[in-house]
Amino acid sequence: MIIAVASGKGGTGKTTVAANLARVCGADIRLLDCDVEEPNAHVFFKGEPCGEPEIVTIFVPEVNAAVCDGCGECSRFCMYKALVVLNKRVLVFPEMCHRCGGCMRVCPKGAISEVPSRIGVVETLKTGLITLIQGRLDVGVAMAPPLVRAVKAHILKEGDVIMDAPPGTSCPVIATLRESDYVVLVTEPTPFGLNDLKLAVSMVRELRLPFGVVINRAGSGDDRVTAYCGEEWISVLAQIPDDRRVAEAYSCGELAVDVLPDYQPLFKSLWLKIRGLA
Amino acid sequence: MIQELVIVSGKGGTGKTSIAASFAVLAAGHAVVADCDVDAADLHLILVPKIIESVDFKCGHEALIQREKCTGCGLCAELCRFDAVKRVFSTRCRVDPSACEGCGVCVRFCPAGAIAFPERLCGEWMVSETRCGPMIHACLGVAAENSGKLVSIVRHEARRIADEKGLSLIITDGPPGIGCPVIASISGASQVLAVTEPTLSGMHDLERVLKLAHFFVIPACVCVNKWDINPRMTERIEKMAVESGARIVGRVRYDHEVTMAHIHEKTVVETDAPSAEDIRKVWEKIRVNDDVMKRQNV
Repeated sequence: MIIAVASGKGGTGKTTVAANLARVCGADIRLLDCDVEEPNAHVFFKGEPCGEPEIVTIFVPEVNAAVCDGCGECSRFCMYKALVVLNKRVLVFPEMCHRCGGCMRVCPKGAISEVPSRIGVVETLKTGLITLIQGRLDVGVAMAPPLVRAVKAHILKEGDVIMDAPPGTSCPVIATLRESDYVVLVTEPTPFGLNDLKLAVSMVRELRLPFGVVINRAGSGDDRVTAYCGEEWISVLAQIPDDRRVAEAYSCGELAVDVLPDYQPLFKSLWLKIRGLA
Repeated sequence: MIQELVIVSGKGGTGKTSIAASFAVLAAGHAVVADCDVDAADLHLILVPKIIESVDFKCGHEALIQREKCTGCGLCAELCRFDAVKRVFSTRCRVDPSACEGCGVCVRFCPAGAIAFPERLCGEWMVSETRCGPMIHACLGVAAENSGKLVSIVRHEARRIADEKGLSLIITDGPPGIGCPVIASISGASQVLAVTEPTLSGMHDLERVLKLAHFFVIPACVCVNKWDINPRMTERIEKMAVESGARIVGRVRYDHEVTMAHIHEKTVVETDAPSAEDIRKVWEKIRVNDDVMKRQNV
């Protein structure tokens, strides 16, 4: 079963929920950190890296200047303006390229080939029952979705997977959520939390994925999030109280269920609920 | 020259928007406010803008298979690199709009000419008036692509309005992360303020966002929000930030009143929340340095 933990707003506690769930589930589990721009789940697990990091590349066009006659067909075709013709010479802007392969196909001279270009790494870490797989985008690279897909290539046919999604509702998040069986939306009872929860709800509804909500830092704001979930018939799976001890544990890279055993029942019952719903 | 201060964080939820909104009030009358977190915009919840103009954000195209012309040959599904074309039975294909990146390969190569390529509506952007001056903000459609392009429009409009009204400062609330919308938000800006929190994750993410600022040669300053949750971590972060070439512009304490202020649609500095004082100090420190920079330029 593939469970994705997402949120519209950043910093609501996605990683906290994903990491604590992975710890209490009591079986072999893969935890995928798909927040490749800022992967954080590793902060909570001190384990042994399994092998060398896998280097992820995407294919970008390369123009053979000896064959190219500067006709400009590639540049006219490219929707992303990744190729520009200046004085009969093609300039390639790899950071704009979505690697659709179109330029290569339309070039009448067959002057374009694709060469790999590095965008980041996928690292695997084993700790107890948990296998953590994380993507790490190289600084300065704009395109996160291909790296998210490389992380997701580590999903096995059998067994449970928890994915920690990036914040927001745009392409890297969609790339993460696609093909998941259940989505947990983490929010907080604040005006920002509510606004961004609504965006996240329309996203998962658009993708037609079953989902439920976890309210983190319950008690720190007002009750509009609970009221909204009621009106929209959205199930609130758990409420994690606003507790400075949790914040302090988090700040040192400790899991709540490890250092505050009174949190174990909360996460265990959340896990069972999700398993039952998905 | 127009100065552009972009507030970023790497990690989400560290308090970018709270601080950006407070800065907007402190700079009232001198600045244009831009919300570049087009993916999950929140600044409007506190600044309550009155929308003057709203413009559709059309960007790119999307492939649309016309049922009556499709022969079901499946070439489109074969050529699509985004897995966006699904076979429906064996006789025809369908495009999943949330997966289609609008590259046009299927449109060009469909032997039956069965694929239309209409423009895609990806959201809207707005020019508004707030109690602290003009504001540009945007709303990216759910599951839409191209947040970077929308960010560029927001920044371009902010600059145009600053020019038009003779305002010398743009305060930009940036998105989290270090990818495409963040790059679009900071490239060419005069200064970034990275707001972080005293956690291991906060530190890890700050390091990456400072590297990004360095990559684009933009001066960076750092402020640790909720610093008293872990004073030792705060010190570690500040040390790391200085070593990465950033300037420390102060600390903001952990304060419950921040959420309360937002519930009442107020910025922190419009209330007597204890952290308001801290935010004012951070603001002054940034401004003093700006003035020095300007004088040096002259």
